[in-house]
Amino acid sequence: MAIAEAVLAGFGAAVAAPGVNRIARGFAGWVLALLPLSLTVYFASLIGRVTGGDPLRVTYPWVPSLGVHLSFYLDGLALLFALLICGVGALVVVYAGSYLAADPQRGRFFAFLLAFMASMLGLVLADNVITLFVFWELTSFASYLLIGFAHEQERARRAALQALLITGLGGIALLAGLLLLGEVTGSLEISAMVSKAADVQGSELYLPILLLVFTGTFAKSAQFPFHFWLPAAMEAPTPVSAYLHSATMVKAGVYLLARLSPALSGTGMWAVGLTACGAVTMLWGAFVAYHKRDLKQILAYSTVSALGTLVMLLGLGTPLAVQAAVVFLLAHALYKGALFLVAGAVDHETGVRDVEKLAGLRRMMPLTCVAACLATLSMAGLPPFFGFVAKELLYEAQLHAPAASGLMIGAGLLTNIFLVAVAGIVFLGPFFARAERTTNDFHESPLALWVGPLLLGGFGLLLGVLPEGFTALLASAAGAVRGHPVPMELGLWHGLNPVVLLSLFTLACGAVLYASRAPLRKALARADTVLSETPDRVYEAGLAAVNWFAVRQTRVLQSGYLRYYILTIVLAAVALPGYTLLARSGEGTFNFGPEPRTHELAVSAGILLAALAAVRSTSRLAAVASLGVVGFGVALLYVMFAAPDLAMTQFLVETITVIVLVLVFYHLPRFAILSTGRARVRDAVIALAAGALMTLLVLKATSVGAPRPVSAFYAENSLAAHGRNVVNVILVDFRALDTLGEITVLAVAGIGVYALLKLRSKAG
Amino acid sequence: MRSLILQTATRFLVPLLLLFSFFLLLRGHNAPGGGFVGGLVAAAAFALHAIAEGVDPARRMLRVDPRLLIGLGLCLAFVSGLAPLFVGRNLLTGLWLSAGGNPSALGSPLLFDFGVYVVVLGVTLTIILTLAEE
Repeated sequence: MAIAEAVLAGFGAAVAAPGVNRIARGFAGWVLALLPLSLTVYFASLIGRVTGGDPLRVTYPWVPSLGVHLSFYLDGLALLFALLICGVGALVVVYAGSYLAADPQRGRFFAFLLAFMASMLGLVLADNVITLFVFWELTSFASYLLIGFAHEQERARRAALQALLITGLGGIALLAGLLLLGEVTGSLEISAMVSKAADVQGSELYLPILLLVFTGTFAKSAQFPFHFWLPAAMEAPTPVSAYLHSATMVKAGVYLLARLSPALSGTGMWAVGLTACGAVTMLWGAFVAYHKRDLKQILAYSTVSALGTLVMLLGLGTPLAVQAAVVFLLAHALYKGALFLVAGAVDHETGVRDVEKLAGLRRMMPLTCVAACLATLSMAGLPPFFGFVAKELLYEAQLHAPAASGLMIGAGLLTNIFLVAVAGIVFLGPFFARAERTTNDFHESPLALWVGPLLLGGFGLLLGVLPEGFTALLASAAGAVRGHPVPMELGLWHGLNPVVLLSLFTLACGAVLYASRAPLRKALARADTVLSETPDRVYEAGLAAVNWFAVRQTRVLQSGYLRYYILTIVLAAVALPGYTLLARSGEGTFNFGPEPRTHELAVSAGILLAALAAVRSTSRLAAVASLGVVGFGVALLYVMFAAPDLAMTQFLVETITVIVLVLVFYHLPRFAILSTGRARVRDAVIALAAGALMTLLVLKATSVGAPRPVSAFYAENSLAAHGRNVVNVILVDFRALDTLGEITVLAVAGIGVYALLKLRSKAG
Repeated sequence: MRSLILQTATRFLVPLLLLFSFFLLLRGHNAPGGGFVGGLVAAAAFALHAIAEGVDPARRMLRVDPRLLIGLGLCLAFVSGLAPLFVGRNLLTGLWLSAGGNPSALGSPLLFDFGVYVVVLGVTLTIILTLAEE
């Protein structure tokens, strides 16, 4: 099995999911989890090879002439993400099977979820930036479907659209940034880009690249000021929140920053941009998480905070900071995934998500309580959990920051103090507070709902106690971010040093903050209403402005009158080539060709007379007949100039037009309202301009432009294409793509006419 | 309005027109003709029948809904264009059957042209028959 097939398998499973769901019923989650599980095992089996410095690479040509390939690359960083995606994915699929057991749309949900998993896997494995971008957009799209899963609720639809628009806009910026990066480095393969840091940073495009990449990744990873879509996305079913919006998708931006770090990092702009934005996001998220009441909202904001921490660490970019980033990334995915799943289980059993109302769950849901306990202790950064290791590294990285170390450590301290209190709020309250009612209404959730969080939480403990097993992979991931190997040694105890003191201080302050939560939370919630909602209001205003503009321009451009559409088309057709003709009037000569023969002149005169008659006529029948004469006259000219195919088609089109006219004749309004004098002058000017332009173009066409007319090529090669009729060979072989486009347009037009006629007869 | 002369003439003309439309389609690669013109002639044949006998008899003679023909024709053209991909050639490359080493006139461009024929027939008849029913 190769890595490309791993991605493909996910999409295959997504297609098969609704069927499996129907057959396996209650066990669908377990059955479908086999795929992510086996992928996890597969990726785990590659750890030895990848950490040994032997990354996997596979490339399929896609558009080789443009350097676009379907290429995948598996190094330490990609492997760390792949393991998270598949491992957490397996648990979430099992969980979702039970969480949505009663939902008739569960099959669809599995399909979306697995499609997301495959897209995310493709994203982290992609080497070519175009491949990466395709998967990047696919994750946004899957996220849209998953957030809007309860599509009958307006809030869910709104949140889904918001997430799609924001990450989608970021995606466009990102695409531009990646293409510029490709332009500067001369390759679209990331593995080639990262070795050209000097070229990139010396280029004048460096700042645009940086800004575009920042926009794309910040939007995806919910950095301030784009952060607001993430809490709104909590409308999604909880398995989605656990999977997409804490462990995987929102880290895609962080992943890409880490991935491009060797090429882009090391400058002041990179460091200031990322650390400032990351630090603000980190503090803001932790602060809002502290005063929210909804369990999922609290977790969402603490995720925003964690994403900010990761971005800040990548901005610091020192070996220590990068180590802290990969360790914290793993620790956060484990505890936050577990906490979301616990929140879902609690919500599923009790129907309540308000932390103030939840109490005494310890007795009713003992296993869930254990899982929650493991996860919150890791979140609070207590030894011997993995979260503690991560926090120690974080403090150490901030203490040794090259600049503004005091500011950093302050922000980091404040954030962690808030997070300790948040850990208390989400865990101690709901599980240990004395319940007012001591009924046993609620009971433990089913196996599928507690096994996931328990495993994730347990893994956080295991890694804290025995980090050695994973150190090689984490070091390899950090090495990929730095661009060269990073030695790493993880441990719980490094002796009594400033970092440990900071940890103790954090815990003490966090405990105080937790103890005084009742008045503080209320006050903060009241104070915060304005600031919290501002970005969302800006988004609303932006959306309204876009809609306003769309309505206005539609009103102007789509008048609904055929004559104005034709007028617009003819005007545009005259103005644009006419401008070119004027601008390049010096080139070429007018080529009048051979002297026209008498019968050609006669036919031309007939066409002109008929056209005049059509314009002057006051009866519709006469106008139609005159136009018919014009059409047949043109067809005659085709015959004279040896274009039988054109002539034949023209004759037939004229005939069919007559049939159509006969059919609609009685339905047309009376031919009574004739255009005014002014309109006639305007139309005459435009019509004459169009005619004059065509004449000039034809006269000049033979003396300007292509040195070797393409018709010669067609004539020479037509026999090789098995045909002696060059016109037809062009239509069905040389330029068949054009024909395909034309018949598609024709088909759409036919369907459009049909719809209009049917709508009209229904309305009438 | 029924006209006996038109009806009688139509009875002879329609098969001839249809045959002619096929003739145009098939000869198109080597002589004037092709899918587009052929489709128009075939549409004219059905339109003539609709004028002489009425829309419903014309629909019955066609057997399928003209809207179906639009989709069918597009599919034929797409399939003929995709076929070369399966033998490692580029999209829409002409593939020709060879009969005992001699090149033949059968190939994917003919199928493509037939797709054009069907689309043109479908679109034209969709418009004409719907209008005639008004």
